[in-house]
Amino acid sequence: MAEVERDLATGVQTTGHEWDGIKELNNPLPRWWLLVFYACVIYGLAYTVFYPAWPSLSGYTKGVLGYNSHADYYTEVAGAAEAKKQFTDRIAAIGVAEIAQDPQLLEFSLAGGQAVFNENCAQCHGVGGQGQRFYPVLADDNWIWGGKLADIEQTVRHGIRHQDDPDTRQAQMLRFGADEILDKAQVTDVTEYVVGLSGGDADAVAAERGAKVFAENCAACHGAGGAGNQELGAPSLVNKIWQFTGDRASFAAQINSPRHGVMPAWQGRLSDDLIKMVTVYVHSLGGGQ
Amino acid sequence: MTIQDAQPKSLFAAQEKIYPQRVFGKFRLIKWLALGILLGLYYIMPWLRWDRGHGVPDQALLVDLTGRRAYFFWIEIWPQEVYYFAGILMLGAFGLFFATALLGRVWCGFTCPQTVWTDLFLFVERWIEGDRNKRMKLDKEPMSFRKAGQKVAKHGVWLLIALLTGGAWAMYFNDAPTLVRDFLTGQASTTQYGFIALFTGTTYLLAGWAREQVCIYMCPWPRFQAAMFDERTLLVTYEEWRGEPRGKVKALAADGTKLGDCIDCGLCYHVCPTGVDIRLGQQLACIGCGLCIDACNGIMEKVGRPANLITYDSLYNQAQRADGLPAKHRFVRPRTIFYAIVIMLISAAMVVSLGWRSRLDVSLQADRSPIFVRLSNGDIQNGYSIKILNMVRENAQYDIKVTGIDQLKLKVIGQPAALVTVPGDSVGTFRILLHAPAASLGDESTPITVTIEDQTTHETSSHDAVFRGPAN
Repeated sequence: MAEVERDLATGVQTTGHEWDGIKELNNPLPRWWLLVFYACVIYGLAYTVFYPAWPSLSGYTKGVLGYNSHADYYTEVAGAAEAKKQFTDRIAAIGVAEIAQDPQLLEFSLAGGQAVFNENCAQCHGVGGQGQRFYPVLADDNWIWGGKLADIEQTVRHGIRHQDDPDTRQAQMLRFGADEILDKAQVTDVTEYVVGLSGGDADAVAAERGAKVFAENCAACHGAGGAGNQELGAPSLVNKIWQFTGDRASFAAQINSPRHGVMPAWQGRLSDDLIKMVTVYVHSLGGGQ
Repeated sequence: MTIQDAQPKSLFAAQEKIYPQRVFGKFRLIKWLALGILLGLYYIMPWLRWDRGHGVPDQALLVDLTGRRAYFFWIEIWPQEVYYFAGILMLGAFGLFFATALLGRVWCGFTCPQTVWTDLFLFVERWIEGDRNKRMKLDKEPMSFRKAGQKVAKHGVWLLIALLTGGAWAMYFNDAPTLVRDFLTGQASTTQYGFIALFTGTTYLLAGWAREQVCIYMCPWPRFQAAMFDERTLLVTYEEWRGEPRGKVKALAADGTKLGDCIDCGLCYHVCPTGVDIRLGQQLACIGCGLCIDACNGIMEKVGRPANLITYDSLYNQAQRADGLPAKHRFVRPRTIFYAIVIMLISAAMVVSLGWRSRLDVSLQADRSPIFVRLSNGDIQNGYSIKILNMVRENAQYDIKVTGIDQLKLKVIGQPAALVTVPGDSVGTFRILLHAPAASLGDESTPITVTIEDQTTHETSSHDAVFRGPAN
């Protein structure tokens, strides 16, 4: 048996452990402390009887209370839906313009619309509608298909160039170069003209020639001055915002063989109230008209 | 030097039950007064009313967790002002250090809730089962109708006090009259019943059963309170130089000389609520309540010896007295001055910040995505969320102005003008858009200031933020 050392001042045994001359006394643990420990063990075992706990080869013990956190989750989700019903019912009943006028519904739609947007739209349009190359910025004041609430709702519902929806936004720019509608010189000239439209440094002589080409071929959709036409989905060419890259080479490429953006229709994928909420949210991002 | 022993002790020891004996005297009186005042305050305070107008709780002291407000008479605290609680906690801590440096463990001995409720529970125990000797005898007796009756009565009264304690605690978080009515009619919520049961249970357990075990094994304070002591701190001390060698009143030492003043009657540890023998010197379990002083003074008076063999005194004075030198109290010491200054500084800071705090606040949070956008005319636009905290009861209309950039334009989403209404006692959140010509921006970020002005009172509040743009 190990030798036991006693502390002289108190007469209590030491554990034999020593730190910097300080020795640990081996006072007995209070018995109630031990009992609390046993109580915790019993509690722990009892818990495994009442709640799901032990794994088995094919599953796990369900516990005599039959509790499971999934059921809790669904109850809470149902409760949340119930709590939201007073708003969603009203949103379903009225139009987007009226929703935006009601401060309560506006606040609710902005919060809900943000969640819908982040889940479904942000992949292309970016969080907060910041856009990315080929996908328009939704936070600026430039709209291809219109920035009024009704325009945005139409775009969200039916998409852009979405084949399965007859009401989808449809516009096709001709392949002016590739299909030889314009010859190479004409493409170069009209490119210079477009560069000049948005205040770029254009070759004046070529732009002069290009103006004529533009008036004959492009003005029908983009307008005589290049201001664009939202009815036709023809973007403005006179402002500082470009969906595709805004340099001379990409203008020429676009005229030669245009790129077309595509957006799916959300009607049928999102419920009616969610479409209205995300419309109000997009409208609030910075460019709503 | 060590003593060798072949017999290791058991790993566990049963709690040795302590039977504190009744005692009379100055410190016992102070303890009764402290108990009366503290329990009185505890039970009465939730019932005080304070009219704050229609639709607002009229309880003077209330922490409304669901409404996210704390009320203290004329002061109303919002969640973001929780630092006032931090201030109160700091005052509590330094107050404790200050009192400890001056007077030792007065907090433990007189005002700690554990001490106060244990004292009350001991009073009940003594009242029903009798004093120390009777209680010890009763516990050794076999079970009888009389013993069972006494035990049932004691635990019944304990539980009743515990229930009142737990109930009163819940009253600080609920309207007191409503809670009492709901509790008695079975209308209270499960949470309310649950918390009252919890606090009833802990009071009964801690004051009835655990008692000194809380001080010895659970409480962290005894472990470091000695760090606030110095040789001038007043402590409950045994005058060993006068008391030893101890012995019976008339006994003489072997060599015929007189013994010390201590007659070894043991009353000092019989009255001790934690079962400490103070003659062994300073120890962790001593809560400094002074009951042993009362007990010893009673004995000294009976045997005709000078009082204060156990006394409230400093270690410095004890050394002086032992050497026959004059003893002197000194309360003004570097550490007490330091604690006092800290307490005064924190109090002053709290009073100033409470007295001059604004009941209107505004904050502006910039969108993180997009950081900025370019508009079709080349202007740069930033989006922000603005929060206006209207901390008064009246609805108010605010004019929003942003300064710092030339030709800055402001638009509030959903509002025709830069004028917004926030209902009383609530937070209004709005989305605002700012845009400015790129030429008027300083650099990637330009400082701006948003100022809101109450249209009725003309009170204003500002917040500094930045406007982001492309690198120049």
